[in-house]
Amino acid sequence: MAAGTTLLFYFFAALAVLSAIFVVTARNAVHSAIFLITALLATAGIYLQLQAEFLFAVQIILYVGGIMVLFIFVIMLVNLDVAMRQEQFNRQWLAASLIALALGAQLLFAFWLVRHQGGVLSHAPAAAAALQPNTELVAQGLFRDYVLPFEIASILLLVAMIGAVVMAKRRI
Amino acid sequence: MNFSSDIFHAYVFPILFAVIIVLLLPLLAGYIVLLERKVMADMQARLGPMRVGPHGLLQPIADAVKLLIKEDIIPESADKTIFWLAPVLSVTAAMLAYAAIPFGPVFQIADLNIGLLFILGISAMGIYGIVLGGWASNSHYSLLGALRSAAQLVSYETAGGLALISVLLVGGSLSMRSLVEAQERGGFWFIFLVPVGFFIYLVASIAETNRAPFDLPEAESELVAGYMTEYSGFRWALYFLGEYANMIVVAAIATTLFLGGWLRPLASFQAHLPGTSIELLDLVPALLFLGVAGYCFSLTRKQPVKIQEAVMALFGFICLALAGVLALPLIPRFAGLMPGIHGAFWFLAKVVAYLYVFLWLRFTFPRYRFDQLMRLGWHFLIPLSLVNVLGVGVAVVLHQQAGWGLGAALMVTTVATLLVAAWLAVADERHATAPASMAGGE
Amino acid sequence: MVPASHYFLLSLALFIVGVIGVLTRRNVIIILMSIELILNAVNINLMAFARLLGSVNGQIFAIFVITDAAAEAAVGLGIIIAYFRNRETLLADEMDLLKW
Repeated sequence: MAAGTTLLFYFFAALAVLSAIFVVTARNAVHSAIFLITALLATAGIYLQLQAEFLFAVQIILYVGGIMVLFIFVIMLVNLDVAMRQEQFNRQWLAASLIALALGAQLLFAFWLVRHQGGVLSHAPAAAAALQPNTELVAQGLFRDYVLPFEIASILLLVAMIGAVVMAKRRI
Repeated sequence: MNFSSDIFHAYVFPILFAVIIVLLLPLLAGYIVLLERKVMADMQARLGPMRVGPHGLLQPIADAVKLLIKEDIIPESADKTIFWLAPVLSVTAAMLAYAAIPFGPVFQIADLNIGLLFILGISAMGIYGIVLGGWASNSHYSLLGALRSAAQLVSYETAGGLALISVLLVGGSLSMRSLVEAQERGGFWFIFLVPVGFFIYLVASIAETNRAPFDLPEAESELVAGYMTEYSGFRWALYFLGEYANMIVVAAIATTLFLGGWLRPLASFQAHLPGTSIELLDLVPALLFLGVAGYCFSLTRKQPVKIQEAVMALFGFICLALAGVLALPLIPRFAGLMPGIHGAFWFLAKVVAYLYVFLWLRFTFPRYRFDQLMRLGWHFLIPLSLVNVLGVGVAVVLHQQAGWGLGAALMVTTVATLLVAAWLAVADERHATAPASMAGGE
Repeated sequence: MVPASHYFLLSLALFIVGVIGVLTRRNVIIILMSIELILNAVNINLMAFARLLGSVNGQIFAIFVITDAAAEAAVGLGIIIAYFRNRETLLADEMDLLKW
């Protein structure tokens, strides 16, 4: 059973990275969006493999079923044909990629230092039997310890809703 | 082989159930289409399909064969990959939702402890089949129909989800099986405890499946066929199958959450057949199928053609076999099979009853215009479902903290919610007849 | 068992791909999608460490990140629609009204 879940992680990880690369390099914005959906589903699979089933459901309902639908709506509302025939990458793509890779190398170096000193990263995650059902844990945390950030997040969403409606109206 | 071993339960049963569902689903969807045509004919004072098989009983098979052998037309400038992918997404999302639905105490592919959230998420994935199909067809009608349909689905998904949450508060768990067991323990189906939630879910599920009176995106006299315009042959059949599979899923969810799942109606009503321990209500399924078999056999003589006589007799025998299967658990030796077999019967009966309401509404009401549809969703259903969740929450708190009876508390909050609903409806009417300058501007 | 370092490396890979996407693409919508990739990479990291340390705080933080991403995507796309209606362009290079 454990070997199955380990294999699942590598499958989802490979799927996520491949989809991410296609998101960034696709010419057609709708293809890009579909690859992002695949990447998000792979991430949801990784959450499930971590025994966080509530986050798995939240990721699918909110990200895949909400945010990406919004993206696809907007892509279909703006005119795609002209955008597809233009140059896809900007003039500083080489310098930007090198700097991003340098950032990645820097983070990898920091990770490598910690790993060789026997830090916490080399441990495997805690055993499954020790956990309460994920939904109950998250609910207790969200509504007892972190109820203030929860309410602030609600106000943030309200502000975002009003902002988006105002932005998209033709005449206020 | 040890039948109760973990490997059996973890691997063999789920795969077996999944294969059964995937094999039976197209057949069931096809016969629901036939049922719809017969019911439509009945409400319009005519007969419906009568030729292909006796009383049209073989019509779905003829339709399936026709769709399979039709030419596959792809528009010239359509995006071929996405054109192929869209119906596949639609059907996959519809079928994936069956994984968490309990058809009986044993017949469930996976008893997820987030079963309800899983089904909500998978229904959200179904939107992509529609939107990508409309876009990939590279046609204005298709794109407009797809965007309208997706906007409608997203709006009513919120209302439906909130209605299900109100049931969750009473049931106390996200797992579908625990919700049915909660109804069994409490003795009352949740439709009696949370009726407002049931009606909100009924309306929301009709809009979710693009059924009349919310079928503007796919009605023939509107945008041709909306997102399905450019699809022909087997691809269209996949969309159609996806739509009817989706209908069965929402009916199954409503049955599990509101109508008691696999529980027998009046489960606590004890009336025994004199001299035995068989309950009268348990005889109903077997007697029902016996009656149908008898009716089939009585019609056999009246068929015009020999082959139709044979098919009618065949259906009679199938009904007899089903009656036998349903009568089996009545024998004391096989009484352990009762929850499983009779559970499946009652579950399917409730699903068909819920779907009958769908069909009934289709042929009764005229179609909603798109702006009326969106107004109903956002201005009426979503506020009402929010108030409903609030009301049920207050009732549960009153029951748990202040010691009120659950039924009494829920009755009080239901009355309050209905008053709010009446106010919402009246306020909406007044706003809709306000001067045009208020609603104009975009 | 999957060591936690592998989760971190996956998160790093997604993060770098997202950063490259933000810095090199011209289409503003794809830049927004790359930002979503970055947020997802951070989420994977949070979830992995939450599970490793046995605490649920990381998962709650991840929920807040998802909420934030939704709000930001909504407003960002609203701005893009408003700009597109006025200037008919989706390319970040051409959105240079504030340049002297």
